[in-house]
Amino acid sequence: MKADPKGVLTGSHTLLGNHACAEGALAAGCRFLGIYPIVPALEVSQRYLERAPALDATFIQMEDEVSVLAAVLGASWTGKRAMTVTSGPGMSLMMEHLGLGVMLETPCVIVDVQMTGPGLGIPTRPAQGDIMQSRWGSHGDYEVIAFAPSSPQEMFDYTVKAFNMAERYRTPVAVMADEYVAHLEETVTIPPADQIVIEPRRYYNGPPGKYLPFKRDKDMVPPMVDIGQGYRFHVTGLTHDDRGYPIMFEECQEYNVHPLVRKIRDYADTIVEVQEARTEDAAIIVVSYGSTTRAALKAVEQARASGVKVGSLKLVTVWPFPEKRVAELAKQAKAFVVPEMNFGQIVNEVERCSYGEANVFFVPHGDKGVENTDDILAAINRAAHESAVKDGVIEGV
Amino acid sequence: MATAKTAKAEEVKKTTGLEEIHPMEDLLRMDRMPHIWCPSCGIGLAVTAFTAALEKAGLDPNMVSIVSGIGCTGRVAGYVKLDSFHTTHGRPIAFATGIKVGNPKLKVVVFSGDGDLIAIGGNHFIHAARRNIDMLVICVNNFIYAMTGGQVAPTTPLTAFATTSPYGCVEPPFNIPYIADSSGAVYVARWTALHIRRLTKSITEALQKTGFSVVEVISPCAMYYGRTNRLGDGLDLMRFYHDNVEIRHGEDTKNLDIGFQTKIVCGTFVNRDRPSYMERYNEWAAKAKGATK
Repeated sequence: MKADPKGVLTGSHTLLGNHACAEGALAAGCRFLGIYPIVPALEVSQRYLERAPALDATFIQMEDEVSVLAAVLGASWTGKRAMTVTSGPGMSLMMEHLGLGVMLETPCVIVDVQMTGPGLGIPTRPAQGDIMQSRWGSHGDYEVIAFAPSSPQEMFDYTVKAFNMAERYRTPVAVMADEYVAHLEETVTIPPADQIVIEPRRYYNGPPGKYLPFKRDKDMVPPMVDIGQGYRFHVTGLTHDDRGYPIMFEECQEYNVHPLVRKIRDYADTIVEVQEARTEDAAIIVVSYGSTTRAALKAVEQARASGVKVGSLKLVTVWPFPEKRVAELAKQAKAFVVPEMNFGQIVNEVERCSYGEANVFFVPHGDKGVENTDDILAAINRAAHESAVKDGVIEGV
Repeated sequence: MATAKTAKAEEVKKTTGLEEIHPMEDLLRMDRMPHIWCPSCGIGLAVTAFTAALEKAGLDPNMVSIVSGIGCTGRVAGYVKLDSFHTTHGRPIAFATGIKVGNPKLKVVVFSGDGDLIAIGGNHFIHAARRNIDMLVICVNNFIYAMTGGQVAPTTPLTAFATTSPYGCVEPPFNIPYIADSSGAVYVARWTALHIRRLTKSITEALQKTGFSVVEVISPCAMYYGRTNRLGDGLDLMRFYHDNVEIRHGEDTKNLDIGFQTKIVCGTFVNRDRPSYMERYNEWAAKAKGATK
């Protein structure tokens, strides 16, 4: 399916990351935005609202972030592509309906423009502290899909991807942006509508009375219907059978919840996306995501210039985590360097997936904001030195 | 279960020549019966009134969506054969708001309990009323959290016992019609589960309104509220309604407090018109669309 040309602002524009995100949503066919004001995400809704009337796109500002995501789920069941934008404190409130969205298998997109935390943090400063929250924040077992953009261009691209993944896997998808990339202004190229591929919602076309809202297709994703089409279906957030009726047995818990995990975990190879630079001969690999990648790439270039064999692995999808690729690279490389704007989240995943085959150096987020190229470079040099010591190239220090 | 039911229906047909069909079969999920509600609970009566009202109001059932939260009344959405959603605790109004804005052609009904709508969902209740979202809210009030074991609710009358008020409730309760009225609802009524005919009429009227309509249904809970307070069985609670309900249509909603075993004022209190959210929204959107062209 191609994008609706009405929503696509084809051309080259200088755009704020948040504005690019709104354009990505509109290009992807988003026609319902649920909002609650929060500082770092404001411009997404501003841009959307400016463009909404001409596109017959709707929105509502709710009374809190709990109700926002509830409304987004409701709107999604009317056939609308629906989204919400928020930041840390709002993300915390949305965890309730992230879980409901997973259980009702409702496609929608949540954009989290991360700010510092915990608690109230600094609403105007960037962080990457919600990465684990996006994965584990709601109770119970589930899998999520999350993207981490590092530029306004990627704010556009990854928002489109997020909508496609949401429809393909019938699940909420997160775009884990941060305050830095949200307020960065850069050139964004928006392709013509016929070059933007849109994943259509998969509908059930059988007779009314026969529709089972959770009867899985071959690829484990059940087709949907819209409210008002005469199917008179029922769905519940309780553990349920194919009919959507609650069944309170452990067998049903396995029957219901395991596929929620498997429909993403078993397809991780097709979902996971990474970008690699100079990893072919790299002894040290910098693993980064989001706006940290900008500093990481700079550090890699500087280290290469001084003769260190270093490469970059950028996570396009932070969830599912690229387990296989990291494990492969762990065998090839001597060390990973993981910079993050937090005090250790994805670094634990890197450590887990390297199975002790490579050293892992963490570059925590200090007081230097996002621009910590020097810190990353220092970590690369330290990793190079320690690896050399281990190999006996340099005598022990 | 389905085969047992069919066998029984066939037997009835053989002996009496009659088809065994529930009069509301088209609007109920018969494959989910029996329901979970206790004997003498009033929720089933509220559902009966609702399904009857849905027919009377002449709405196309395919265009009506029903949303419930959590609790005994939260199970209603699961038994009504409409596009139905059983959502999170306290949030059915928020979920239903998304449905209404997503497709304004739909009629949206929220069917839930007092704890769900007025405690954890209280904020959503007042804001949906303020916005005047076109939505019917049926709030079954049994004065207690029944499904979780009889805890004190925001509607439990002062001095009444509950499992979390073992010395009598010390919090004054909410007066639901007063909150609805002062927050901007266009239709507000209260009946008990005994007043099935009047309740049906009120729900029919409310379904035909455009805007935020609230119908409170006082329901007997013999299992918890009745038992904890030694008020007798379901029949005794119904008898109490019979003897102690005063019907005062148009009564000022601030006079509708319910005390422990005091008189209960029922009736239709508010029936007015004001522009709904979608009416105002469409007006704004049309203007904005003209401006951007």
